Amino acid sequence: MLTYIVRRVLYSIPVLFLSTFLSFLFVSYAGNPLAQVRQNPRIPASTIHNLIIQNHLNYSVPMRYLFWLRDVFLHKFGHSLLNSEPIWPDITRTIGHTAQVILIAEGLAILIGIAVGIFSAIKQYSFFDYAFTSISFLGFAMPTFWLALLLQILFVDIYLKWHVRIFYTSGLNSGSTSSTWSIDRLQHIALPVMTLSIISFALYSRYMRASMLDVINSDYVRTARAKGLSEWRVIMRHVCRNALIPIVTIAALNLGGLLGGAIVTETVFTLDGIGYYFVNRLGTLDLYAVMAYLAVTSVIIIVFNLIADILYGYLDPRIRYD
Amino acid sequence: MPEPLLSISDLVVEFKTEDGIVHAVDGISYDVFPGETLGIVGESGSGKSVSTLALLGLIPQPPGRIASGSAMFKGTDLLKMKPRELRRLRGDEVAMVFQDPMTSLNPVLKVGDQLGEAIKAHYPKESDATVDARVVDLLRLVGVPNPDVRTKQYPHEFSGGMRQRAMIAMAIANSPSLLIADEPTTALDVTIQAQVLEVLKTVQEETHAATILITHDLGIVAEMCERVIVMYAGRIVESGDVHTIFRAPRHPYTIGLMDSLPKLTEDEEWLRPIPGTPPSLVNRPSGCAFHPRCFLSQGRLRCREEIPALRQAEGTAHEAACHFSEELIGHQSKFSEPVPA
Amino acid sequence: MTEPRPAVGESIPPVRQPTVDGTVPAPAGLVDATVNAGLELKIRSQWSYARTRFLRHRLAMIGLVGLVILFGAGAFANYIAPYSYSEIDLNNILHAPTTIGHHFFGTDEIGRDYFSRVIWGIRTSEEVGVSVAVVSSIIGLLFGAVSGYYSGWVDNILMRITDLVLTLPFLAILLTAAALLGQGSQWRISIILALLLWTGIARVVRGVFLSLREKEYVEAAKASGAGDMRIMFRHILPNTLGPVIVNGTLSVATAILVEAALSFLGFGIKPPTPSLGVLVNSGQTNPQQWWLTIFPGLTIVLIVLCINFVGDGLRDALDPQQRRVRA
Repeated sequence: MLTYIVRRVLYSIPVLFLSTFLSFLFVSYAGNPLAQVRQNPRIPASTIHNLIIQNHLNYSVPMRYLFWLRDVFLHKFGHSLLNSEPIWPDITRTIGHTAQVILIAEGLAILIGIAVGIFSAIKQYSFFDYAFTSISFLGFAMPTFWLALLLQILFVDIYLKWHVRIFYTSGLNSGSTSSTWSIDRLQHIALPVMTLSIISFALYSRYMRASMLDVINSDYVRTARAKGLSEWRVIMRHVCRNALIPIVTIAALNLGGLLGGAIVTETVFTLDGIGYYFVNRLGTLDLYAVMAYLAVTSVIIIVFNLIADILYGYLDPRIRYD
Repeated sequence: MPEPLLSISDLVVEFKTEDGIVHAVDGISYDVFPGETLGIVGESGSGKSVSTLALLGLIPQPPGRIASGSAMFKGTDLLKMKPRELRRLRGDEVAMVFQDPMTSLNPVLKVGDQLGEAIKAHYPKESDATVDARVVDLLRLVGVPNPDVRTKQYPHEFSGGMRQRAMIAMAIANSPSLLIADEPTTALDVTIQAQVLEVLKTVQEETHAATILITHDLGIVAEMCERVIVMYAGRIVESGDVHTIFRAPRHPYTIGLMDSLPKLTEDEEWLRPIPGTPPSLVNRPSGCAFHPRCFLSQGRLRCREEIPALRQAEGTAHEAACHFSEELIGHQSKFSEPVPA
Repeated sequence: MTEPRPAVGESIPPVRQPTVDGTVPAPAGLVDATVNAGLELKIRSQWSYARTRFLRHRLAMIGLVGLVILFGAGAFANYIAPYSYSEIDLNNILHAPTTIGHHFFGTDEIGRDYFSRVIWGIRTSEEVGVSVAVVSSIIGLLFGAVSGYYSGWVDNILMRITDLVLTLPFLAILLTAAALLGQGSQWRISIILALLLWTGIARVVRGVFLSLREKEYVEAAKASGAGDMRIMFRHILPNTLGPVIVNGTLSVATAILVEAALSFLGFGIKPPTPSLGVLVNSGQTNPQQWWLTIFPGLTIVLIVLCINFVGDGLRDALDPQQRRVRA
């Protein structure tokens, strides 16, 4: 197992370099890093000239990539081209906020989704089953931004009509920064958490149900019943244990993708998360910040892919990687 | 005549499908006596497996339904038992070995744990050490080499034959009085088949369990069984002891089955399969289900209109469900000459 | 002359014997006779089985009807929409839904009829969705076929490319591409989407090719001199059609959802081309006017639901190996 992990990590490194290189090429050719700056009439030509020298923009794109790499490792992603501020502090700050929202949302979605999936499968064709299957179909069909917007409008409406703030509809805090787990913060992230949970819940409950049904009809479950095991034991020890294996993988992959920033949700609720950061930077064509974001999220995705594979190998003894 | 261990009467099992109601088992009755090996022979779809699954309550009840009948086992009707009581019998008094050892064991649990589970489900008070020791003994009994190492392994580390041995070990773990083996060797190579059948014989000698052996392979029946039941389209068409059935079959289907086997002792120009295909169980032929494929019927009206009942042949235990089975008296099946050793 | 078949008892219905020249005659009417006598089951083609299964699937039928209505409305937008999507009426801004002037969905912040805009938005969505699905399916099919059939280093390289695409954060790359290259054009956005959505179907097709490559009938075809292309097309490709069709159908929904998200954020299709995502955006700036958010969003939900129903039905119908579990 250890050799497998090492091999995967070693393999991921060139992939990472390649993907960041391609992203860099793409971003640099498709967009002019200095476009915004040049458009601003108040910035004198000398400043622009300095910027060019400082950021090696007079070199070819592949060379620039090497400089960028150097900046990544030595200077923590360097500085934004637009406002010359360091990129790294922004990234660490926003990732923390994103992580808070996502971990709560996914945690809820996984727990409730799996429970509903199990129950739906056991009581197949019951009213419960039909009801929740419909809900998950809806969850799949609903665009995230629409759900977020609906919730936002609903609670803005409640506030305007009844002057009661149940949940906040934008931002992470009211006023000065509140601590990470204060009531104020929780009130602010409640709606984004709800949005993400509902969408993810549809995913988990549907896959868990399908996985359960797959397992419930298998021969070894029939053997377990033939042995005289209680139905409870059959479900828990034989059905669930096997049905959960693919779900664990899905959860790890989903989490990896979401930690790259629930871009849409964060934008609708203007949360100071890494997704919103990215959208802002992209809007102002702050390309080095965009590159930093892409690199960081690629790493996160690769890491979580690896976690998913390791978990799968751990849970299913048939998979042995060495 | 000793008391039958299991006595099934008029069992009818239906399945609701999109195409209509399927009578997988259409009114069968048979007995199983203590210590004997009863063979149930038939093609796929004849209902042979379904009848035994129904006994153990393993038929999923929404699509399936036990429409009528009784199954008396040691004085109680299995079909009328509450699920909880039936569960207590399963794996303890009545045990089952299934067809495909590849998929019949849980791939993520150790083999020893799965065997131990069978014991602990019925004897929860036993200590872990006792159970583990018994599991090793069971594996040794069925001929699994290095049983103490093997108990800690996973099913995918076992070969097909070994897996089936483990399944048999699991079934006899609590010394059942009735063992049901549903096509235990069908999924295995021929050489492994022989080994597994040996294991079954050993197990029988050890536990004196009555065995119901379900198969479509007449060779296995000849080797292992004392009595035989032949099923077709959900009904019993012939039953009797194995020698009589092989020497002097009294039902055209049985004769067709035997004739379709290649003869070992002389050359044959043609193989003789039974023409046609088994009937759709939704759209059964009227009257005798076998008549469209029957060489004896020759289109006679009675075959097409009246379902033949199982009739005894002159005072023996040999029964056949054919209107004209008397015409088969004197017919020499290809097994009437002894095969040179 | 071969010897006559011995019969047991008397007349077993004679199974067809080869004649002198070795051909086996098929007696006229025998097939029907055996079917009628209950001897054989009627065999239908694989596709007719699939069609029957599909038509039996209630949800799929509902979805199909819904899609026909919705996509039909979009396709015939010219005739159905009471107004053009850019007709401005500054006297009537932010009007609630009403029957006056056929403003069934109300008007937006510069007085354009919302019903018409939604209908035109459907048209945009269906154009994007279908074109992306078709193109990405073709790309994925080619990738998967070549990769799965030739195996070896070709497979390796192509799979590395697929992996590479998969490690990129999907939405982020899309947004970046759309922001830098999209320029708000519907067709550019469609191309960008297609270039990123093919990996799923590529994997599936590759799997089918890999497994079927070793099957006996491929060897038989090779032995009788069939070339690679012929084998790929005639023997293996038809087996991929099932998953490709299912995947393609579902990717229409994915494409529509993603394009809507891109347009909502402002990076996708830009006005004046009406896109349902853009329309929802106007709902965000005017939260009091509920119709601006509800109608386009609901339309998206309905379209995607219908596509999912149909896709489910297709999957049930075309994939006989799958256990019959109604999702």
